[in-house]
Amino acid sequence: MTAAAAAREAVIAPPPSLTQRRIRPGELLFRLALQFCLLVAFAFLVALIVFAVYKGWNRLDARLWQNMPTGRASRVEAAGVQSAITGTLWVIALTALISLPTGIASAIYLEEYADNTRWYNRLLELNIQNLAGVPSIVFGILGLGLIARVIGLGFTVITAAVVLSLLVLPTVIIASREALRAVPQSIRQASYALGATRWQTTSRQVLPAAIPGMATGAILALSRALGEAAPLILLGAVTFIRFNPDSLLSTYTTLPIQIYNLIKEPQAEFQELAAAAIVLLLVILLLMNSVAIVIRNKFQKRW
Amino acid sequence: MAADITRPDVPAAGVRRGRSRPGERIIETLLVVAAVVSVATTIGIMASLFIPTVEFFGQVSIVEFFTKTMWTPLFADKHYGVLPLLVATLWVTAIAIVIAVPLGIGAAIYLSEYARPGTRKVLKPVLEILAGIPTVVYGFFALTFLNPVLIDWWPTANKPEFQNLLVAGIAMGIMIVPTVASLSEDAMSAVPRSLREGAYALASTKMQVSTRVVVPAALSGIVAAIVLGFSRALGETLIVTIAAGLKTADVPTSPIQGAATMTSYIAGAGQGDLPVDSLEYLTIFAVGATLFVFTFGLNALSIRLVRKFREVYE
Repeated sequence: MTAAAAAREAVIAPPPSLTQRRIRPGELLFRLALQFCLLVAFAFLVALIVFAVYKGWNRLDARLWQNMPTGRASRVEAAGVQSAITGTLWVIALTALISLPTGIASAIYLEEYADNTRWYNRLLELNIQNLAGVPSIVFGILGLGLIARVIGLGFTVITAAVVLSLLVLPTVIIASREALRAVPQSIRQASYALGATRWQTTSRQVLPAAIPGMATGAILALSRALGEAAPLILLGAVTFIRFNPDSLLSTYTTLPIQIYNLIKEPQAEFQELAAAAIVLLLVILLLMNSVAIVIRNKFQKRW
Repeated sequence: MAADITRPDVPAAGVRRGRSRPGERIIETLLVVAAVVSVATTIGIMASLFIPTVEFFGQVSIVEFFTKTMWTPLFADKHYGVLPLLVATLWVTAIAIVIAVPLGIGAAIYLSEYARPGTRKVLKPVLEILAGIPTVVYGFFALTFLNPVLIDWWPTANKPEFQNLLVAGIAMGIMIVPTVASLSEDAMSAVPRSLREGAYALASTKMQVSTRVVVPAALSGIVAAIVLGFSRALGETLIVTIAAGLKTADVPTSPIQGAATMTSYIAGAGQGDLPVDSLEYLTIFAVGATLFVFTFGLNALSIRLVRKFREVYE
């Protein structure tokens, strides 16, 4: 057979994939490799959770939230993390009060008011994107150098809350903007056509429609603040504080910071307590995440 | 972007020139003030980093800072060469990238090209949960579970130390898998269907479509994802502080040693009570500024790359 004839033959014969399903080992292997990638990540997640529960099992009781932290090995049995739990509640509640209004207002400005052909609005947008990538420890430096010392708020609950608020602000803004963007223009046009002002349109039409999306973003942002420890290391939280905070200017500690403290201790009992505190932290975070996912799946409108 | 010039929600000039409404003006002003907070934050970060850094470089030469190989500002015999911290940081991030890039891109290809919608709806939230685990927990897991296993399995007699860069890098690699995966998947999903269909029409298999059409078409987005993952790894603090330790002094020669990275040095020095405005205290800011410059550059690159693939396909 000449080369030309062979080529003709090859064209006429239907490709094998049309006549029968040939099993291609390469294809199968590739698919398995991709599944393996996901499997590694999930195996890690499962191992991490199982290990923490296993290791912390003995200490997962009322001592955890009834007792105060102790830095002394002799009193390890009596150690708990109560001041860290209350400290976390104080700091996160304040962070929500500061970051959510500010972030949502910024998002409303950027989506509903700003003329984004202007250079300053584009700069604002770029600035938020860049801020989202700044390492959290750098926010700690901002807190240390500027808020605690120059402004003079010291190592207090309010300093921690301000720093964490600034840290999660880009997340809140970006999520809220997405929620606002998902509301169709026709809603706004209908409202304007009825003579509504811009704020009436925003507050009565756009915001109610965007609330589920914003709530999801807000919960995810706060759960990030809840697990964050790096900036607070620089802001005086790394001590065994044996009382609950009672004002904005109290000294404080938080759950992730107490976990970090406990991990540093050499005694096995402290490691167990750290694992128990980790389980507590993970349960809170999983609850918050599930609420966020439920809100997203249930209340998100398809326009 | 072109569509924004004629935004339909902006009332025409004639309509806007009605009654002046003070309430509307006040609200708009409040919104602008909120938006300015983020700019003020950036300015605050710059000021709090660079003012002390300038003061630091008034006392330590910048050449010494970047070329000397000893970092002992907290010891009696003080040396200010940042290379030990830089090299430790590079070890950890390099290990993290080597782990996270194949896993993240593999997961992204699977989610974008192979998984059925139902499967995807289950898998994506699980990845999000992995991304939401606090880094202090990763650090604990690396130190108390991964490291003993690693030491057990280590083939040579020269075992990894109790805290080491390798185990920190591994944990950090898993930590940034969701970052790499989700951004890469966004980029792959943005590749138009017609490209895939064209390839299938030419009798390509699914693997060929994924590797020769989708991945090249989404490349700028995938690179952006990797760069962002790299920047996350550079700036991560708790995993390295816990799992790699706070030892500074010399340049680490192998990843099975423990050593402080830029971030863990800041965390370590920042929790002690260093006298304010001492040279030791200023090192926190000098190292912080160095870290900031690196991550800022990487983030800018990533933002630019994302914009590129958005321009092409959206």
